[in-house]
Amino acid sequence: MDAAVFLISAAIVLAGAGGVLVARNPVHAALFLVQTLFGVSVLFVLQDATFLAAVQVIVYAGAVVILFLFVIMLLGVDRSEDLGVEPIVGQRPVAAVIGASLLGMLLIALLVSVDGPTGARGANAELGDAADNTRRLGEALFTDYVFAVELTAILLTVAVIGAVVLARRVRGPLAPLPVVVVTSVADDDPQGDEGPTDVAGAPDADTVGEGA
Amino acid sequence: MMVVTTSWYLALAAVLFSMGAVGLLIRRNPLIMIMCVELMLNAVNLTFVSLGSALGDLGGQLSVFFVLVVAASEVVVGLAVVVAIMRRRQGATVDDLSVLGG
Repeated sequence: MDAAVFLISAAIVLAGAGGVLVARNPVHAALFLVQTLFGVSVLFVLQDATFLAAVQVIVYAGAVVILFLFVIMLLGVDRSEDLGVEPIVGQRPVAAVIGASLLGMLLIALLVSVDGPTGARGANAELGDAADNTRRLGEALFTDYVFAVELTAILLTVAVIGAVVLARRVRGPLAPLPVVVVTSVADDDPQGDEGPTDVAGAPDADTVGEGA
Repeated sequence: MMVVTTSWYLALAAVLFSMGAVGLLIRRNPLIMIMCVELMLNAVNLTFVSLGSALGDLGGQLSVFFVLVVAASEVVVGLAVVVAIMRRRQGATVDDLSVLGG
């Protein structure tokens, strides 16, 4: 029974991940991402992490993917992307090699440490059964990890303020992008009449003055 | 009757992580790249929960809780950056954003 649930969920997860990789339309990619997140949530339930399974659905599928869809709709970038072109030559073969070697390293590390990486038991908090999961998590979060919880509150506040500042629509015309004036001291030096009496900073001051 | 061991979960998480990494490398739409980062974070979450239940420790699930918070704020800031960029350059891909490349 467990094996069947695991295999079906794993197939759903991997199919969703593959869909994110190859979907041309960002909306389709977001929906494939939802599929993967639901599969991972089922796997959480299978491991008695019931609270995290609920949070996974609520936060990821309910908030994060909706945020993705909002941005896609807001920007109007929901047109298909041409995957046939490959702007950087050799990008995809190199990416495939890097991905395959990453997977190989992870699987080798897994095979070396078969079922029980260190064998050390947890010392922080006992993992209860599924019915007890939420209560134990809450107790641990608000006793041992309360400082980390406060830090995440600060992090979320900073993220919200940063997002508002970044995405704010600027009133009036946008300030022009700064123009970089590329001048080399070696070109200016022969034209100068002062000769060797120049101090080192003087040519720079001249070019800045001309640029402005 | 097959028994699902921790290794199955870890292998699945490894495959999911690698797929996310490959997607991050081959896709050019910044939105889909952020989605691939989410895939990688989910693979890590799966690893945390699997090892937590294997070792009988609640710490794995607690870590996943904090990863979820950080992932949510990362998406918020990342999408705000994407919105700010797309306002100036409609339909920009990450290849177009090479101003800082020198």
